[in-house]
Amino acid sequence: MLKVALRRFLLFVLTLWLLSIIVFLASHVLPGNVGRAMLGPFADPRAVDQLNHELGTDRPLLAQYADWLGGFVQGDMGDSFAMRQPVAPFVWNALGNSLRLALLALVLVVPLGILGGVLAALFVGRPLDRVITVGGLSAAVVPEFISGIVLILIFGVWLKWLPLSAAAPADAGLLVQIKYLLLPSIPLVLVLFGYIARMTRAGMIEALDSDYMRTAMLKGLKRSTAIRRHALRNALLPTISVVATQTVYLLGGLVAIEVLFHYRGIGSLIYTAAQKKDFPMLQAAVLVVGAVFILASLAADLIYAWLNPRIRLGGGE
Amino acid sequence: MTDATTPALAVEDLSVSYRVRGGERQVVHGVSFTIGRGEAYGLVGESGCGKSTIAYATVGYLARNGQISGGRIEVAGRDLTHLSGDELRHLRAGAVSMVYQDPGRALNPSLKIGRQMAEVYEPLGLGRREALSRAAEMLQRVRIADPRRVLDRYPHQLSGGMQQRVCIAMALAINPALLILDEPTTGLDATVEAEVLDLVRQLRAEFNTAILCISHNLGVIATLCERVGVLYAGTMVEEGTAAELFAAPRHPYTVGLLRCLPQRGRRKDQGPLDTIPGFLPAADLRIDGCVFADRCALARDLCRTTPPPLFDLGDGRRSRCHFWQEAPDLPRTEPALPTPAPVAADAPPLLGVEHLSKTFHMKGHSLKAVHDVSLQLKAGETLGLVGESGSGKTTFARLLLGLVAPDQEGSLQLDGKPLPGLLDRRSAAEGKALQIVFQNPDSALNRAHAVRRIIGRAIGKLAGLFGAARDERLLELTRAVRLPDRTLGTKPRQLSGGLKQRVAIARAFAGEPRLVVCDEPTSALDVSVQSAILNLFVELQAKRQVSYIFISHDLGVVRFLADRIAVLYLGRLMEVGPAEQVFSGPQHPYTEALLSAVPSIDGRRATRIRLSGEIPSASDPPKGCVFHTRCARKIGRICETEEPPLADAGPGHVIHCHIPVEELARLQAAAAQESAASS
Amino acid sequence: MSDAPLPLVASDGGAAARERRERLRVLLRSPTFLVGAAIILFWVFCALFGEAVVPLDPYADDMMNYLMPPSAEHWFGTDQLGRDVFSRVIVGSRDILTVAPLATLISTLAGAALGLVMGYYRGWADEILSRVIDAMLALPTIVIALLALVALGTSTITVVLVIGFTFAPIIAKTVRAAVLAEREVEYVAAAELRRESGLYVMFIEILPNVAAPILVEATIRLGYAIFAVATLSFIGFGIQPPSPDWGLSISTNYGLLTGGYWWTVLFDSLAIASLVVAVNLVADAMQAALHD
Repeated sequence: MLKVALRRFLLFVLTLWLLSIIVFLASHVLPGNVGRAMLGPFADPRAVDQLNHELGTDRPLLAQYADWLGGFVQGDMGDSFAMRQPVAPFVWNALGNSLRLALLALVLVVPLGILGGVLAALFVGRPLDRVITVGGLSAAVVPEFISGIVLILIFGVWLKWLPLSAAAPADAGLLVQIKYLLLPSIPLVLVLFGYIARMTRAGMIEALDSDYMRTAMLKGLKRSTAIRRHALRNALLPTISVVATQTVYLLGGLVAIEVLFHYRGIGSLIYTAAQKKDFPMLQAAVLVVGAVFILASLAADLIYAWLNPRIRLGGGE
Repeated sequence: MTDATTPALAVEDLSVSYRVRGGERQVVHGVSFTIGRGEAYGLVGESGCGKSTIAYATVGYLARNGQISGGRIEVAGRDLTHLSGDELRHLRAGAVSMVYQDPGRALNPSLKIGRQMAEVYEPLGLGRREALSRAAEMLQRVRIADPRRVLDRYPHQLSGGMQQRVCIAMALAINPALLILDEPTTGLDATVEAEVLDLVRQLRAEFNTAILCISHNLGVIATLCERVGVLYAGTMVEEGTAAELFAAPRHPYTVGLLRCLPQRGRRKDQGPLDTIPGFLPAADLRIDGCVFADRCALARDLCRTTPPPLFDLGDGRRSRCHFWQEAPDLPRTEPALPTPAPVAADAPPLLGVEHLSKTFHMKGHSLKAVHDVSLQLKAGETLGLVGESGSGKTTFARLLLGLVAPDQEGSLQLDGKPLPGLLDRRSAAEGKALQIVFQNPDSALNRAHAVRRIIGRAIGKLAGLFGAARDERLLELTRAVRLPDRTLGTKPRQLSGGLKQRVAIARAFAGEPRLVVCDEPTSALDVSVQSAILNLFVELQAKRQVSYIFISHDLGVVRFLADRIAVLYLGRLMEVGPAEQVFSGPQHPYTEALLSAVPSIDGRRATRIRLSGEIPSASDPPKGCVFHTRCARKIGRICETEEPPLADAGPGHVIHCHIPVEELARLQAAAAQESAASS
Repeated sequence: MSDAPLPLVASDGGAAARERRERLRVLLRSPTFLVGAAIILFWVFCALFGEAVVPLDPYADDMMNYLMPPSAEHWFGTDQLGRDVFSRVIVGSRDILTVAPLATLISTLAGAALGLVMGYYRGWADEILSRVIDAMLALPTIVIALLALVALGTSTITVVLVIGFTFAPIIAKTVRAAVLAEREVEYVAAAELRRESGLYVMFIEILPNVAAPILVEATIRLGYAIFAVATLSFIGFGIQPPSPDWGLSISTNYGLLTGGYWWTVLFDSLAIASLVVAVNLVADAMQAALHD
């Protein structure tokens, strides 16, 4: 198990490093001329040169990369071009807000998705199964800003039950905060529900058809007992990875949702930085988003390995 | 429990059908049989005969789309077909249990053995501690030496044999009136199979449980059961005591089936094996007469119009054949085929293998899959390669073909000239000289390509023929392997297993190979199909002077085909020699154990050597002689410390063992006498 | 039971064709497929002929009649500039139905080729590429596309290229997994034994056996491409004005929601939803037909 953990951790560091290269290349090499990209095609060439000098983008790429990564490792994410201030506090603050929203969505969707998947598997082929799978699938593919708009229309504009903006007053308590976050979290829930339900359903169907389930039934156990003890446990293991990989989606989906609901999270930070062509801010925010995902999958891998005796204990064939 | 006079199982006129795409497909047709208290009853038949369906109907666990469409099943006097859900649960919890194939999947991978075993006692209302101690007792009864440790394990930490014992312990824990064994040893190694069969025989005596054993392996049934029912296409065609039925079958199907098996030391020069021509009738086909009429050499008009009743032949024997008296004289189906000429003793070697090794390097450890194997093969000769899982048979085959690179030190020769280890370095002629027939034709043939293309492409690449010459060669080849012309346009999945294997054989022979490696080519096939494929191999060898390396776990098959035999254990060669000498002895103790592990059909049992312990891991092989951890004839420290020398046991016969050959011969002769005296 | 040999058919090749037809028939009888295909066809028709059939010019301003609610004259009302929403919704499918399929095509071709080579040859190049792909997949599509679009500048072509190359690694990964499993199947060893070239083995032996999953994956990706293009347009980095594109229209008008001018965004939203759902219904039906 320790060896597994160590290997996963090394892989985590490697992936993070590759990610930094990708982000760096995308923001420094793709534009060709960073200063030109930021100032636009009609800017004075001298101004472009000066900006490049200011940003240090006229230096050799390798040196720029080393500086940037070196600073990043020490917590210095560079200075925002648009705001002339260090980027780091903005990024951390925004990430915190986003994680709060993402967490609420996960807390809502994981039990719902698992329940939906298990029900679909138990009634496989019947109308309930079709409703859950086709409904879940359809909900999963509709862009979240679309469902967000429909929800705003229904609950915000017509029924006036929930606030239109996600930003709660500064001194709001937990419940009030949740109330404000509820509307923006529902589109995320809708998208994720289909995935989780689908994975759970597939795992559950396999488990229900398995030989060990048959063994359990032939011992004379009640079907409900056999499902609870034997099928669920094995069926839910793969769901862990789905939940983790979907956090990447959650953070990506936040861009549109945060823009729609005027929420100051990492998504709207990326959006604003992109609009202003604020490369340092954009780089930092994108890298942090990637890092969160890699961290989440590391955690999922470890939890999975720990829950799965085959990996935890190794051995056998 | 009901009184001891009611039968453990009474199946009366049972019919089972499955709903498939809107239609009903009946797979069991009015089957009846009875198993008395403590009796062991076997159901045999090839795939598609409905035997497993009967087993699952007996525990009320048919697939979702299956249903009992007629008849009764009484387990210990209770009619299963009219039980409520709760009553069925009680029956399963107390009166009937089941053990099936693939014990690794029968156990829940994420729960400890203890927890899973304790569950058996739950319906009896036992507490956790009590249940665990009962479970430990049970494990002891299935000869598990260290039950407490096993209870604390997860299934994947146990070997296949161990897992099957746990399953048996779980099944017997409730002391059921009826134990159902569904292919209980299929997929296990021969020596492990022998152990499990021994165990079941002993436990049956201890528990006085009735057994219903389902198997395609006639030897397993003959070893375990007193009475046998033979199923064909969902119909019981013959029933009787195991001894009489196997010695003197009274239904043409049983007669044919037994003749298909290469047994009693039968060899290829004694003529071809019998086959059962034709196919199993499709399950949705309405048959007016006898279900077997289409494939029966005795069939007459009566057979095609009137279904035969189950004739009572007295002494508990029954046969569903209008002409059961004639069954023993069923005409032989195979015309005499040319048999290969014996290989001259001084013929030059075709293939030389010297000190061949293959080490796989994995994360953190290395695995010697093949270690220091040397042998020779002459043109037109067949070398049988036997050994259990992990013996390196398949890696050895892949090494010969150049599909994996051998370790540095070894070498290969073809016709006396060095043969490069990797396929890329071999010349075109060397490349086409060695071909292979894989075990599973489903994966060996590209499912996206038609048969014509599969064989034609091989002819183009290996024989260098194109256009009309290729087409001509294609037809010649498909006829040589008895592949009907009309199959050429089909895709593999539309063909039966036997036809698919013929396509694979035709492909292997496309470039006139010198040596064909056959990697368990018949183990995925039913016996009636297997015999036809074996005959084909013999015929092709006689006509084309090709050499074979024939890998198989079935010693009867190897004995039928092989001129010489090599025995592998953990990647090491234990013994190599002329086939008859290897079988008659003196043998390596491992060979001896393998031979005595084969369950025989005629009830006569060879010297009984049982191996103890588990097959060690190839990545951490024992020191000294790799076989010493399980050897029944181990002589002492020397076996643990020194690698055994090469002992000469006759012309071309070599044994790797510390025991002198004469001593082995003496020991083995004595053991044979002893077992003859005791039986 | 499944082991029973299928009866041999007499005519050459007839069975293979029949099997394909059988599969197609299963597909054509599936209600999910029919509903999905009908919706897609409707939008494709609108994209091709929309401009010719709409009642009013989707680009014509009418400052006298701005923000009119739905009426007999303007079925879906009018927007801020008085343009007819119904006409704009009908015509609005054109850009997204150009960009998304093109991006999917690029990603499928590139991804399938990359996946085949990685899965078949394996080795260190595959090892490195796999790691790079994993690192890329750590970024949400929208985020990585946004980064690239800011760097390259937004235009229809860059959107197509960026989405195409963002999706390619995902398809490559799927194809690679399928090829890795497939190359262990013994027919590949048999091909190597007769010294087929790597190209032959990859494209003639392996590709036909992984084509169906690639097709399904491509259909699923098409759904996501629509998803991504719509989202990018919504945040202003996708299709640019004056296109009547749905995402773009929502982007310009969603601020009006609080004012109760719901018709300016609702119909575009429903249009996007119907299109992505339709594509995924088709993908789902294809998957079901494949595994039947």
